[in-house]
Amino acid sequence: MSMRSPLGRVRGLGSARDGVGHWWAERMTAIALIPLVLWFVASVVTMTGADYATVRAWIASPVVAGLLVLLVVMTFTHGALGLQVIVEDYVHHEGAKLAALLAVKAFALLLGLTGVLAVLTILFGG
Amino acid sequence: MSNQDRPLSPHLLIYRPQLTSLLSITHRMTGAALAAGTLLLVYWLVAAATGEAAFETARAVIGSFIGRLFLFGWSFALFYHLCNGIRHLFWDMGYGLELPALYRSGWVMLAAAVALTLASWIAGYATAGSM
Repeated sequence: MSMRSPLGRVRGLGSARDGVGHWWAERMTAIALIPLVLWFVASVVTMTGADYATVRAWIASPVVAGLLVLLVVMTFTHGALGLQVIVEDYVHHEGAKLAALLAVKAFALLLGLTGVLAVLTILFGG
Repeated sequence: MSNQDRPLSPHLLIYRPQLTSLLSITHRMTGAALAAGTLLLVYWLVAAATGEAAFETARAVIGSFIGRLFLFGWSFALFYHLCNGIRHLFWDMGYGLELPALYRSGWVMLAAAVALTLASWIAGYATAGSM
């Protein structure tokens, strides 16, 4: 009988040696996104057609800005993990696969960072 | 060394389409569409951070017929991926993996996604109309 836990046995396995970490991160971000997405959609619906001042004032609240930053970070983390699987499933040429994976990570980082900085600009710029 | 011509399994195209497989591939397609849709989220935030003129442009773009069409598609993709994602989380915990349960949860999920999409748009138009 092995003294190792089931999780301990599978950690570090898989072709990239981090399959469980990827799987787990995708689920954790998914769970975080359930309340965040519902909150965001409800907020946007109640602000349909809202003008500049209203939207700025809404984002400038620390609670809203914090939730928006979380939404952006979780969205791009979850999205990059998901797109990675799609690339790995359909792109079989090693060079093209590497390029596509790099592009996914780069765009997710760039867009995620831009979104976070936009929220912080509004929060600290009044 | 890899052989690019080796047969790949499973041969999806020889199967008759079923609810389970169609909902599964749609989960992936809505995920990819939502990844593209994040461009709109970031654009909206950046426009709000830039200034009133940029924000009004964004509002006009998103509020246009084409903009609303994309937004409607994305909102359904979002609710579909959300509802089916919850279905996936239950499978991950070992629940609802029997065939009758799969079909039942599939139809329930689809109905919930359609209902949430329509409810959001009705609520959105009601809000816009009351302003």
